[in-house]
Amino acid sequence: MVDFGGWDMPVQYTGIIDEHCAVRNAVGLFDVSHMGEIELRGPEAAKLADFATTNAIAKLQTGQAHYSGLLYDHGGFVDDILVHKVADDHYFLCVNASNQDKDFEHIRSLNRFDATVENTGSRYTQLAVQGPKAKATLQKLTGVDLSAIKYYWFTDGEAAGTAARIAHTGYTGEDGFEIYVPPAEAERIWKLVMDAGSEFGIKPCGLGARNTLRLEAKMALYGHEIDASISPFEADLAWIVKLDKGDFNGRAALLKQKEAGIRRKLVGFEMRGRGIGRDGYEVFLDGAAAGWVTSGSPSPTLNKNIGLCYLPVEHAVPGKAIHIMIRNQPVEAVTVETPFYKRAK
Amino acid sequence: MYPDNFRYTKEHEWVHAQGDAASVGITDHAQSELGDIVYVDLPKIGSKVEAGKSLGSVESVKAVSDIYSPVSGEVTGINETLATAPEKLNTDPHGEAWLVKIKLSAPAEIDGLMTAADYQTYIGAEK
Repeated sequence: MVDFGGWDMPVQYTGIIDEHCAVRNAVGLFDVSHMGEIELRGPEAAKLADFATTNAIAKLQTGQAHYSGLLYDHGGFVDDILVHKVADDHYFLCVNASNQDKDFEHIRSLNRFDATVENTGSRYTQLAVQGPKAKATLQKLTGVDLSAIKYYWFTDGEAAGTAARIAHTGYTGEDGFEIYVPPAEAERIWKLVMDAGSEFGIKPCGLGARNTLRLEAKMALYGHEIDASISPFEADLAWIVKLDKGDFNGRAALLKQKEAGIRRKLVGFEMRGRGIGRDGYEVFLDGAAAGWVTSGSPSPTLNKNIGLCYLPVEHAVPGKAIHIMIRNQPVEAVTVETPFYKRAK
Repeated sequence: MYPDNFRYTKEHEWVHAQGDAASVGITDHAQSELGDIVYVDLPKIGSKVEAGKSLGSVESVKAVSDIYSPVSGEVTGINETLATAPEKLNTDPHGEAWLVKIKLSAPAEIDGLMTAADYQTYIGAEK
């Protein structure tokens, strides 16, 4: 167990590769109750949500969710989040564990609307059921027709007789669901999901596999690909920024950045030499330090060593020969297209 | 699990000495904490090692860790099979997946290391 933002979290149960492969090939279950929840309510909850986040709240329908960013005035990330529209006057935000207090204060500081902001993390336990057999597993526990929930939509229903928010979302690049249940029911539901998935070989999965899965799918991790010093354009997340939706916190800085152009950008790489380019390692281009690795790991699915790094924008394209300084030795790598892994539809 | 004729370090290496010849490896607890091991870097035969100093490294899916030599001496052999089968460290860390052989320059160092019973108490307390 490791300390992760104050939570005792399992890094692995049966082994990262084993758990990773279970999610890619069948189904895995993650206890992600450390994730934070913040709820915006009131007649102007939508206005607050739209001002506080980068994606277009107006495009969300009731029962729909999207990925978005919370930015500082200067355009750097406070956090990356999921926004769920529960009702016209109710938005449910899923935020990173270690950022929840900071996010809460940040949103409150922007609240000049007729809306309330509530930190409701202690009311929910989140379990993620992920993998091609996730639906068949979870369906055994609920009367909600999971096939009717489209990707990045959710339903408030029940699971194992308990009120549950069932979202067709995930952080693995695989099909799957994230369910929000009362903490008192979490252990019981965990066991029921494990039983339901046993015929498919379900595995309990820890933070280690969560990291390798999200990396293959090129999903950002706060503190690695994104932080206060990084803008969505640099992080290759322009798709979550809707500059034409009206004003939002950080918009002015992003407009300026768009005009001036960014200087560095996130790009994927594959190791060619022996070694793993890990978080914080320097990246060299033509013999000179040019950037840094944000995440790196063996890819259990692809059987290669992969990673993400920041490079000057003109070089942040596939096919560039680079070197990664691994314990004072430059090791050959090459920039590649991302995501590294995309599931068959 | 932890052989009585081995001695152990706080950094989770083991050493098995017979006279001035010793084998060194990492413990089962270490491999379990590291998880799936993907690379093992070992010193060259003939190189000098010093107790408490880095001997090489093991890298798992999640992290890279230094291996600290439990003893001082000269490397007389390295386990070549780990270059192509590093995963053996996950299955037989006290046996087939030994790391290096060392000719001890100060055999008395062994006496300062933990016994199997001490080590088990130590890892029990560390949890």
